[in-house]
Amino acid sequence: MKKKVLAVSLTSLTACSALLLSGCGGNAAGSSSADNGGNRSGSNELYVYNWGEYIDEDVIDQFEEETGIKVIYDMFETNEEMYPVIEAGGVNYDVVCPSDYMIQKMRENDLLAEINFDNVPNLDQIDPTYLEMSKSFDPENKYSVPYTWGTVGILYNTKKLEELGMDVPTKWSDLWDERLDGEILMQDSVRDAFMVALKKDGYSMNSDNEDELQQAKQNLIDQKPLVQAYVIDQVRDKMIGGEAAISVIYSGEMLYIQNEVKDLSLDYDLKYVIPEEGTNLWIDSWVIPKNAKNKENAEKWIDFLCRPEIAKQNFDYITYSTPNKGAFDLLDEEIQNNKALFPDIDSLKDSEVFEYLGDEVDAVYNELWKEVKSN
Amino acid sequence: MNKKLLSGPYILWMIGFTIIPLALIVFYGLTDKSGAFTLANVLSISTPEHIKALWLSLGLSFVSTIICLVLAYPLAMILRNRNVGSGSFIVFIFILPMWMNFLLRTLAWQTLLEKAGVINGILGMLHLPKQNLINTPGAIVLGMVYNFLPFMVLPIYNVLCKIDDNTINAARDLGANFFQTLLWVWFPLSVPGIISGITMVFVPALTTFVISNLLGGSKILLIGNVIEQEFTKGSNWNMGSGLSLVLMIFILISMALIAKYDKNGEGSGF
Amino acid sequence: MKNSKWNLRRIWQDFYLVIIMIFLYAPIATMVVLSFNSSKSRTQWGGFTLRWYTEMFASRNIMDALQNTLLIAFLSALIAVIIGTAASIAINSMKPVPRTILMGITNIPMLNADIVTGISLMLAFIAFGISLGFQTVLIAHITFNIPYVILSVMPKLKQTSRFTYEAALDLGASPLRAFFKVVFPDILPGVLSGFLLAFTMSLDDFIITHFTRGAGINTLSTLIYSEVRRGIKPSMYALSTVIFATVLILLIISNFAPHKKAEQ
Repeated sequence: MKKKVLAVSLTSLTACSALLLSGCGGNAAGSSSADNGGNRSGSNELYVYNWGEYIDEDVIDQFEEETGIKVIYDMFETNEEMYPVIEAGGVNYDVVCPSDYMIQKMRENDLLAEINFDNVPNLDQIDPTYLEMSKSFDPENKYSVPYTWGTVGILYNTKKLEELGMDVPTKWSDLWDERLDGEILMQDSVRDAFMVALKKDGYSMNSDNEDELQQAKQNLIDQKPLVQAYVIDQVRDKMIGGEAAISVIYSGEMLYIQNEVKDLSLDYDLKYVIPEEGTNLWIDSWVIPKNAKNKENAEKWIDFLCRPEIAKQNFDYITYSTPNKGAFDLLDEEIQNNKALFPDIDSLKDSEVFEYLGDEVDAVYNELWKEVKSN
Repeated sequence: MNKKLLSGPYILWMIGFTIIPLALIVFYGLTDKSGAFTLANVLSISTPEHIKALWLSLGLSFVSTIICLVLAYPLAMILRNRNVGSGSFIVFIFILPMWMNFLLRTLAWQTLLEKAGVINGILGMLHLPKQNLINTPGAIVLGMVYNFLPFMVLPIYNVLCKIDDNTINAARDLGANFFQTLLWVWFPLSVPGIISGITMVFVPALTTFVISNLLGGSKILLIGNVIEQEFTKGSNWNMGSGLSLVLMIFILISMALIAKYDKNGEGSGF
Repeated sequence: MKNSKWNLRRIWQDFYLVIIMIFLYAPIATMVVLSFNSSKSRTQWGGFTLRWYTEMFASRNIMDALQNTLLIAFLSALIAVIIGTAASIAINSMKPVPRTILMGITNIPMLNADIVTGISLMLAFIAFGISLGFQTVLIAHITFNIPYVILSVMPKLKQTSRFTYEAALDLGASPLRAFFKVVFPDILPGVLSGFLLAFTMSLDDFIITHFTRGAGINTLSTLIYSEVRRGIKPSMYALSTVIFATVLILLIISNFAPHKKAEQ
């Protein structure tokens, strides 16, 4: 429809078409020849599907250089967004990096291939703690290799909270404080949002109890007037830019944020706290979908990323906690002791790992989330 | 005879990439996950959250359309009166922003409206209180008006250009004042342009999910967002298709409107 | 008396034009200014810099997306012109009933909401087993481009007389030769504006591309969308400025060129 109008504008300008045409046509022709000479080299490919800002691009280059494999890299924003793409098979990705519960969902729905660990000798660099943790969603450690892990917590702007006359937050329920009008950034993904609302009342974040979920929904609806926006990756830049006072954020963003606050010499500090009620302990792991066409390349990729130097380089860029003990040993002591990044697992006793609750409960969550959003 | 064969590639193409895809939407929309016939997907429009999203979409796109019309009509009239003989450079100026990428235009407004954005920065400099501009229905309306305004200006402008000056002069000579001419001469003659302008603003505004995502902070759910999310997040393609069918009904209505008032395609300029 | 009233009206009109122009251009101007701001903040001027431009031109993602955008726009417009022009000639010589049906089908992609077109194509590609990627975006763009070509070419075809074509045939020209010698020059303006329209549509499309794109293929629109969802980077302002400048220059050149011709 709108195009019809553009058409109008153009027909009223037909006189100029020849010139414009030669200009644009020239450009396009140039780019097409560049393309032929360039990068579409053939069959030796690897289709990677990863979170946004979740790898150091130099690592991809190094991998390509070393193996001669051409990486086609693509990104998703949420687990929920990734799943239908893999399920539909519109694109055959070779290696994907979902979170715990989504790996369980993919495994149970028979979308994953077993990894041949003979091709991943660097697996022994992964701290066994995390392989143990992975058993909650991958009981025999057959399908996944941990890439990053962390917690979800509250990030707050010290100065803004002071201005609002508020104390430092310690609990999820602090996100329901009415003084935070328009100052909250919530996560725009269904499980994360419900995690906050369920934990606030002391329920399990893996609840499938109708009443508890209804209550959580009501919590979120009550909170909505205070929420400035539901965001995902934007939360980092918005908090650095002083857009909001408080937000729900992944622990992995902390190091980047702290460095940025220092670099920009801002007049406020951003601090991270894991709420008392417990939180989401999560692992993002590499998996290989069943319909992958380049499985061996995918295994090479996983193995490459498990190399301590590479994992360290990657950590320096994405700043999400690495489960790679070789890489951990390479880090500065200061970072090793950074409790926001590497909390003691024992101290997270009330925290849980997300579980896949089955398609029906999933649908209930989606339905309730839609009710929150449309309210 | 020979000539008709030339339409072969076209007919095959349209069957493959227009008719069959639409048939697939109808099929998905009228079946459940196991493939059995159901009306549940289409009827799910009546659940409270979908109805709310639909009403909100209708409301916001209605308001945007009205604002566009009110802004565009005088503009088109002025442009028409200026344009006679003087080349169309001034018209260029008003459609130039439309050639910018749609997303960049929306990004520009995000930059202006955010809490730490340009407008609040200026307010701060003037020691005025900061305003909550972004993530409100108002911001979405603004984004719609900004993005779709040229789509209202152009068809009206095109129709107005076809009105003979003598018609206007005749009305004047017969003693009609400005408002009478406007009401009895300009308006009736420009109805086709107005109608196509309205539909061209209303339909994209009704179905958008981009503007509400970028300027609404995902707090405001329009029917376009619901559909998009059913496909990209909820993985319930059947419901997404069912809701698309409902949306298509609204589009059919506007097509019928165009067909009724714009028989000669005057508003479209072809 | 009448003159002063007329002047007053003119002032009001100018005022109105200026207001609308500010509304249209203020956001763009802001982006242009911010693209040279060395501070990442949108409210503080940190000094002049070209850093965001170098960053933009050095970014593989942006350059790949630019290349994809232009390539897809060019190819889809070209293919749409070929299919569409052929179809117009055929439709023009058809009887009213099949003609109405075909024109009705032609209108579907134009009048349908983009979101529905995009979703329907995605469903079809997956059903046909076509892997989502460059080719699917190209097919989708050709699909929504063909109608513009037809709608640009048809009016021109109606204006051409079929007798000249038949005369050429009578004089012994082959149908193909007769077409290119006689008919084609007449409809060329329509074909060109069809191409241009198609090219522009393809450049500007986001929604249909969003649903039909696959791994590793981004056009500028989809790239900007995902970048904006991740937080606004100043290199996006640089990109906007470059695009705006390009469009502006092309339009100015094309606007003044015909005048020159007329003078000659």
